[in-house]
Amino acid sequence: MSNILELNLADLQKAIRDKNLSAKEITEAYLQAIEQNSQSNCFISITEEKAIQMAEESDKRIEKGEALALDGIPIGVKDLFCTSGVRTTAGSNMLSNFVPQYESTVTEQLWRDGAIMLGKCNMDEFAMGSANTTSYFGSVENPWTTRTKFEKKLVPGGSSGGSAAAVSGGLAVAATGSDTGGSIRQPASFCGIVGMKPTYGRCSRWGMVAFASSLDQAGPLTRTVQDAAILLKSMAGYDPKDSTSANVSVPNFELALNGDIRGLRVGVPREYKREGTPPEIENLWQKGVDILKKAGAVISDVSLPHTKYALPTYYIIAPAEASSNLARYDGVRYGLRAEQAELQDMYQRTRDEGFGDEVKRRILIGTYVLSAGYYDAYYLKAQRVRALIKQDFDNVFENVDVLLTPTAPSEAFAIGENDDDPIKMYLNDIFTVPTSLAGLPAISIPGSLSDKGLPLGLQVVGKMFDEESVLKVGDVLESGVEFTLQEVGKQ
Amino acid sequence: MSLDKTMVQRVSQLARIEMEETQLETTARELNNILEWIEQLNEVDTEGVEPMASVTGHELPKRDDDVTDGGYPEKVLKNAPDRESDFFAVPKVVE
Repeated sequence: MSNILELNLADLQKAIRDKNLSAKEITEAYLQAIEQNSQSNCFISITEEKAIQMAEESDKRIEKGEALALDGIPIGVKDLFCTSGVRTTAGSNMLSNFVPQYESTVTEQLWRDGAIMLGKCNMDEFAMGSANTTSYFGSVENPWTTRTKFEKKLVPGGSSGGSAAAVSGGLAVAATGSDTGGSIRQPASFCGIVGMKPTYGRCSRWGMVAFASSLDQAGPLTRTVQDAAILLKSMAGYDPKDSTSANVSVPNFELALNGDIRGLRVGVPREYKREGTPPEIENLWQKGVDILKKAGAVISDVSLPHTKYALPTYYIIAPAEASSNLARYDGVRYGLRAEQAELQDMYQRTRDEGFGDEVKRRILIGTYVLSAGYYDAYYLKAQRVRALIKQDFDNVFENVDVLLTPTAPSEAFAIGENDDDPIKMYLNDIFTVPTSLAGLPAISIPGSLSDKGLPLGLQVVGKMFDEESVLKVGDVLESGVEFTLQEVGKQ
Repeated sequence: MSLDKTMVQRVSQLARIEMEETQLETTARELNNILEWIEQLNEVDTEGVEPMASVTGHELPKRDDDVTDGGYPEKVLKNAPDRESDFFAVPKVVE
């Protein structure tokens, strides 16, 4: 048997079916890798006992010929999915002692299908960040630091930085993430893996620690497009406990990966050609166009005129929703409490000690744009521009089936870089935020290596609930770019 | 529109985030940089455009007003920083 850690999710399924590997063998290999790579800080909590127990249950079912779809598949869970009896911190001091008494719908469904929990993955505090540097539990190291022998430690991107680094580095075969403005796709691009944000409403948000409720969406981080299709099928589905969950059927996404994109119409949005984009990213984008053209797709130049306003719109809407969502952390019912004699002092001290700088910054911005006298000028204005951004997408999707863009404007950078200037950090999400505002499904595929040898991603965006076209095109790109994740599990 | 120290103080009070006098100035500067950048939205003509709160467009589902959950105070209070019998306890509030 080749190195277990190098096998992707679909390979592991086959090895289990053929009885070449047991769930326990696979799980133990991963737990060992996690232990040996603790300096990467991918996990906030490692659930070793639970993992072994789940693996033994998987093996019993496999033995009896009753194997479930994900039996024996060890995954990481971003630490904002509530896991019953397992601490869930959202990367914050505020929740550093919080042990949920219930399970999020997404993880519930993964366990229903036999998946095994290795632990809870590190993340930016309350998912606010693009480098995993705002986590109360410390930064995460991108495995490409050692692969490229980079002199400084590289960020994995964020906010699902622990999930992305774990999957790339061979510490989990797949992981869950959440994406509010790019938090699955940008770290996937930085770590050379696949990350998918499904359509808003595709996965239930029940039991996910909320950041911005009109944008938050769960999705998979994996090493291949096929693996993303497999994991998404288990994560997705209507849930009456989330009133924004979409009551639509979940297709077998894997069946969409037939490689046939003849006649499929691909739009290339001209507003994404920005001055200052590194030529290597432009080249990758062109390479993507060439691959799809060669496979029979019809390429056209399209326009999304309000693209440049997406980020400022996002930085009104997301903080506004966050300030409202995070009002619940008051030291009364759960989480941190700073003991004070007076109730008002208790609220203030608790929130001062519990939240980090970036979270406070966004709460203050959100509170300001929602406050009396400013609500119309900021919040309503942003909601109107958001409607125009969505309209742009509706217009182009009358003539094309998917869009192709780069995922992020740069490769991974060193820990500490961009930390001094919030806006510089926000610009990381320039290509991912517009689709978030419009609620559309999108995937990031590793495409090539930069001059420094670091991965760069391509993004495919689809129509509402058309994850199948997104995955299909992603699969064709994946075959065409011939990108390989080197030295998985050999850090 | 720009934020001064007084406004930052007001907003931080609204958000119940304690702020030292010394932090007010730096925070005001940081927030102003962000707000200045956000204000490019003023270039966009949004006359007659309806504000969009949700991308789904679907009406929120309704259900009968029945009790469908509950009856487990121990679970509810499990993470409480302080409790008294089946209640969350807070510092005494005297009006």
